[in-house]
Amino acid sequence: MTEIPEHLLRRSAEARARATGAPAAGEGEAPAAAQPDDDDGVTIPRSLLEASQQPGGAPAVAGMAPAGGPAAAGGGVATALPPLMAGPAGNTHRLLTVVKSGSIQDVKASPGDKVHVWPHLLAAEFTAALFITAFTLVFSLFINAPLLELANHNETPNPSKAPWYFLGLQELLTMFDPMIAGVTIPGVALILLAFAPYVDKNPSLRPEDRKFAISVQTIHLMFWAVLVIIGSFFRGQGFNFTYPWDTGLHGIFHL
Amino acid sequence: MANTLESPDTKPKLPQRLQNAQQQAADWMQDSQFWTSIFRPGSIFRKGYTDSPRNRSYVIMNSVLYHLHPVKVKRHAVKVSYTLCLGGLSFFLFILLTITGIFLMFFYRPTDTAAWADIESLHTQVAFGLLVRNMHRWAAHLMVITVFLHMARVFYHGAYKAPREFNWVVGVMLLQLTLLLAFTGYLLPWDQLALWAVTVGTNMMGFTPVFGEQVRFVLLGGQQIGAETLLRWYVLHVLMLPFVIVIFMAIHFWRVRKDGGISGPL
Ligand code: HEM
Repeated sequence: MTEIPEHLLRRSAEARARATGAPAAGEGEAPAAAQPDDDDGVTIPRSLLEASQQPGGAPAVAGMAPAGGPAAAGGGVATALPPLMAGPAGNTHRLLTVVKSGSIQDVKASPGDKVHVWPHLLAAEFTAALFITAFTLVFSLFINAPLLELANHNETPNPSKAPWYFLGLQELLTMFDPMIAGVTIPGVALILLAFAPYVDKNPSLRPEDRKFAISVQTIHLMFWAVLVIIGSFFRGQGFNFTYPWDTGLHGIFHL
Repeated sequence: MANTLESPDTKPKLPQRLQNAQQQAADWMQDSQFWTSIFRPGSIFRKGYTDSPRNRSYVIMNSVLYHLHPVKVKRHAVKVSYTLCLGGLSFFLFILLTITGIFLMFFYRPTDTAAWADIESLHTQVAFGLLVRNMHRWAAHLMVITVFLHMARVFYHGAYKAPREFNWVVGVMLLQLTLLLAFTGYLLPWDQLALWAVTVGTNMMGFTPVFGEQVRFVLLGGQQIGAETLLRWYVLHVLMLPFVIVIFMAIHFWRVRKDGGISGPL
């Protein structure tokens, strides 16, 4: 905590003394403690203003009724000069006040149900990172990356396959004209995918409201998945259709 | 007082004294200007870290992690059952690929005469060479899978809807960049698998109307795959595509936060 400056402490002590002590001393003598019936709701009530100037000792700004009892003015040594500038209504901008939140600022964020990223999220992420590293490490201990013979332009392997993630495209090439298989279908799929948020204007997140979108996307994803599986496991010599149990799974990790 | 200090049996035993000395050294270290200038208030490496809400906030606020994470997130956002951590896993795999990839770069020359032999000697001559190559290879395939699954989970949660439309578009770019990274890396071992898989892949590119042939020519550095292709794909694979994907990832993560954290429960 920052330390509260001494003069503020002193002032608050004085104010507390006034608030508790004044009623006992009698109404007439302590106008500052009286109910602020001069509060018009716009400017700072005069009685409060005067009270705020009392500790300073000096008579208030010209045009205002002299404040408080003679006790405040006594002593003759001005410990704090009254502010030189005053607003039209005698407003000196020296009052500290408590403003309820929401009265002058627009509170947009509600606290909601939140948790600290540390440790809750970071711990989960760290675990996931460890897990995926361990998985990759163990997999790599047992299965080697392929390295076939040196590249040779004069010897085409049979079958020649694209990397598995492009096998869907290669599969399409066996069915359609290259223009359609290699350009139109993937192009349309990619563009639709990228613009999905602008095509699907349904604001709901609930699966039961999104039957159409979910069906279309599921069919779309399955379309590629099935093609990749066919390309990977059901294509043998000359890229002709075979069954994996006929050709065997040797070279399955030639990925 | 003086008596007890002098009496031999109250003098701490050696292990105790060693422990005290160690504690003193640690305290001295953690109080030093050097240490406190590195670890900002709230760091778990600072002296006297306690588990308090304020320190939990400081851990994020006062560390580089603040670039990635806010101090607090919605409770449901930390549920592994919601994101399945697939986006995070894609990112970790990318980091793992960067680390293993840098290791491989020390032993690999992208020329048609050296490439294959360099990989071969990586297997036999370099300590952990084969293991690191394996990890790079399998992590690459795994990343293609996790990115794809991440996209699927985002779709099924409807998490691409406003205000996250643009982050979905960024995501589709990331998917393509991931595939391109995997594909360019595929050529580098310069074996029969690499050559012919890339031949098949790039032949498909030639079908694109208007500029397909030109793009293919630029990418291959000629009419067919050769030494120029290897150099080009190497530069794409180790420098240009990682550079681009990192920029897109930065935008992606920034948007996740700007769009109000990850999307709400269904
Ligand atoms: C290199 C690839 C990618 C990385 C590293 C990545 C990373 C992330 C991470 C860490 C998140 C936070 C939530 C989570 O883990 O699920 C996220 C969210 C998101 N990602 Fe990705 N992402 C990638 C690719 C994609 C792709 C391919 C798409 C879609 C086509 C996509 C779309 C989104 C969207 C819309 C969100 C917000 C989800 C929500 O608010 O629930 N990202 N991404």
